[in-house]
Amino acid sequence: MTEPIHRALGLTDDEAVSIEAILDREPNHLELAMFAVMWSEHCSYKSSRLHLRRLPTEAPWVLVGPGENAGVVDVGDGIAAAIRIESHNHPSAIEPYQGAATGVGGILRDIFTMGARPIALMDPLRFGPLDDPRSRWIAEGVVSGISGYGNAVGVPTVGGEIVFDATYKGNPLVNVLCLGVLPTDRLVLGQASGVGNLAVLLGSSTGRDGIGGVSVLASAGFSDDESESAKRPSVQVGDPFEEKRLIEACLQLLDEHLVVGIQDLGGAGITCATSETASRGGVGMDVDVTAIPTREPGMEPFEIMTSESQERMLAIVEPVGLDRVLAICERWEVRASVIGVVTDGDRLRIRDGFEGEVLADVPASSLHDAAPLYDRPRQAPGPSSAPGPDSVAAPADAGADLVAMLTDTSWVSSQYDHQLFLNTVVGPGGDATVLRLKHPGTGHDTGRALAITVDGNHRWCAVDPRRGTALTVAESVLNLACVGARPLAVVNCLNFGNPENPEVMWQLSEAIDGMADACRAFGVPVIGGNVSLYNESAGVSIDPTPVVGLLGLVDDLTAVPPGARLTEGHRILLLGPDTSNLAGSRWAADRGARGGSLDPLGYEVHTAVADLTRALVIGGLASGVHDVSVGGLGVALAEMAVSSGVGFSVARIADHRALFAEGPSRVIVVVAPDMLATVVAMAEHASVAVTRLGLATGDRLVIKGLVDVGLADATTQWRDRLPLAFGSGSTH
Amino acid sequence: MSPRVGVVLFPGSNCEQDVVEAIESLGGEAGVIWHGATELGDVDAIVLPGGFAYGDYLRPGAIARFSPVMGPVADFARAGGPVIGICNGFQVLTEAGLLPGALQKNAGLKFLCRSVTVRVESTRSALTNQAEVGQKLTIPINHFEGNYTCDERTIAELRDDDRILFTYVDNPNGSTSSIAGICNAARNVVGLMPHPERACHPLLGGTDGAIVLRSLLAAAGARSGI
Repeated sequence: MTEPIHRALGLTDDEAVSIEAILDREPNHLELAMFAVMWSEHCSYKSSRLHLRRLPTEAPWVLVGPGENAGVVDVGDGIAAAIRIESHNHPSAIEPYQGAATGVGGILRDIFTMGARPIALMDPLRFGPLDDPRSRWIAEGVVSGISGYGNAVGVPTVGGEIVFDATYKGNPLVNVLCLGVLPTDRLVLGQASGVGNLAVLLGSSTGRDGIGGVSVLASAGFSDDESESAKRPSVQVGDPFEEKRLIEACLQLLDEHLVVGIQDLGGAGITCATSETASRGGVGMDVDVTAIPTREPGMEPFEIMTSESQERMLAIVEPVGLDRVLAICERWEVRASVIGVVTDGDRLRIRDGFEGEVLADVPASSLHDAAPLYDRPRQAPGPSSAPGPDSVAAPADAGADLVAMLTDTSWVSSQYDHQLFLNTVVGPGGDATVLRLKHPGTGHDTGRALAITVDGNHRWCAVDPRRGTALTVAESVLNLACVGARPLAVVNCLNFGNPENPEVMWQLSEAIDGMADACRAFGVPVIGGNVSLYNESAGVSIDPTPVVGLLGLVDDLTAVPPGARLTEGHRILLLGPDTSNLAGSRWAADRGARGGSLDPLGYEVHTAVADLTRALVIGGLASGVHDVSVGGLGVALAEMAVSSGVGFSVARIADHRALFAEGPSRVIVVVAPDMLATVVAMAEHASVAVTRLGLATGDRLVIKGLVDVGLADATTQWRDRLPLAFGSGSTH
Repeated sequence: MSPRVGVVLFPGSNCEQDVVEAIESLGGEAGVIWHGATELGDVDAIVLPGGFAYGDYLRPGAIARFSPVMGPVADFARAGGPVIGICNGFQVLTEAGLLPGALQKNAGLKFLCRSVTVRVESTRSALTNQAEVGQKLTIPINHFEGNYTCDERTIAELRDDDRILFTYVDNPNGSTSSIAGICNAARNVVGLMPHPERACHPLLGGTDGAIVLRSLLAAAGARSGI
């Protein structure tokens, strides 16, 4: 007996029953295909919506919160910033170059859909171990895809993360964040209105690529290699030149106030764009499937309606403006076709010709508002059997362990144009990226800057998803403080395993609570996000990996922030509490100890450390600043040394635990000798613990009683780690 | 009156506004010229900016050279007007035959975006007249196809005629003779791979690029008699 068609499309039996109830009849094949893509996990968030409601989303500066194509905040001077983060994990696992490239293309469309010009991309990337050839192949392809698409489309990639860990061996994480700016008065939303208005499809023709990408590919896990290759046709192919012209054409349409609403075509293609715009606008829409330009003859209506061909937008325009719209598109060599008309009522009807046979007839809102909502079972794991960090013996050579954790990521970032638009004050490799804030209409330099950071830590979240996620938000806040910025808004990308596993659902729920707690404590709203589930291979889910994107503002940018710099003869201070808890640390995890209990986050202490750090940076009192994160105090100090070409001599680090512990709320600050008293007094006034670690000096990394490594050796290992792994040889 | 610089916009160009901003910050006037234009208007210099004109389809610059604007650009160059190609613009100028040689893929087969140090080899050009021979400038590169190549006769000519304007101190892309920038025989058409507009502001990592673009403004001003 063959499988029922709804199951082949990814719908459950219960969901098929619901669809029949909504339509009050049996759905035809086309309708079923449309429901299947819209009710997929990827499009409907059916497993996570219930929990996401617990996140704080409001603040006076929020113009658009979650649920639209991007979150938007008011950043002053008549400028709004639009920001969004997404995952393209499964496509990138199968077809690394195109998976990553089309991830970039998709997020750009989400941003210019809001009327914003995309000005920056960030890419948090996670792959299997560097010594695994397949993981290197995926990593190299993903980086090339981001480079190939992002550079050519003309949007700089200004930062990100790259993590190699066994948990991602079968399922890499390729997240992408995009930031755009717009004159506040140009904000547009993805909705249709005005009966008789026209739906105009802009951009690429529609092909057979990416059919069912959201349902077949993004909403199920990987089992073995055979099924991966079978899913390859579900990956789309990107064309950055088409997208570049589409961006320019759409921004000109918006500048000239020619569109009532506009929506990108991403997951679920035309089905999603037409049903969402109609549903948000409280109207119906008739779509002529024969008016949609196709790449090849003989495409079935269900293929056209669910194709995820890239570089397409749907604009709702008034009939009177159509000629001008077509003229602008012609100038930019962008294809434009009227494919639908806004109607009274609430039905989305797909027709064979404008007056032709009705091929599908569904309530527009049923495709997304009526999508199922699951409260999937959650189950906390039993008492952890994972060994705690105290099970690991003290290192024979702490210096060697330390240097082995140093990785220069410029092998990645030098493949990305990170300077276009002349905004990049601090680019990839800094604690946070800093971009000059210029008015997108006039070009006027406000003298202020936007700052962004992306952070995730699966090791912390594997130990304790709630506390680990809160610590991740805290790290982002501190990263912004290190460049003198205050936080404005969070977007998140929640990368988790199979939600049908109750422990994974528990992790997701806990992580959301941790994020909600931290965001409330820091007064930062969550204005958008993406949930990526089914990140698993061979039945094993990845470690929970919530990734936080935090946008902030530098209120007065007068100098380049000091960065992770050591200056010969300057004093090295540690701000914040002591810790020697190795739970969740990279050092312990790499040695198989993934258990234990994380340090709690003290919100008052953390805020005091962040405020003080920000004040030191803005006041020009610090010559160097770097937060303590993965690898602990040891790695933070060593990173400062190798990136400045200056060694250090420090004491007061008791043992390897204190050296590698990753407890929160700590920043290394470097000050000139004549500033020392002032800075210490400021710390005491702010009730921030301050430890005088030692001196920046010489050509060795010396931590009394623990580490004594030559700077040259550490620098070589740091610089060559990625080039050697990827076979590009030493860079020097 | 300030020198007026026209910056050509091909579909897929992306550095045009950056060049306009940098030129204006140095006291010049700048405006964008659409690639479909059949005349240049009232300008004293032309810049072909960086980016991916026509998506670099076929080869970088291979399609852009057929844009309508390239006719008037060639006429302007023949008449002695300063014409500068930055990065993709350099590639367009070689494809259009306004400069010799070609730019092939970087020797490392990777896109490279980073600051490099170039040495000024000649000050006799529209883009180096305000610099000094031997001066070292730190300016970012941002390209996949920046590996300059030409036949031996051409390289001999470039050397003999002092038409190599910039060389890399530490060759990042495999370019013949470490060439980063050259000019034509009349010294008014210049191509270079580094992006001077990205090094004109102290907050953006240096101002060495301003020396290069001031040379362009001087050449433009001299032409218009300013």
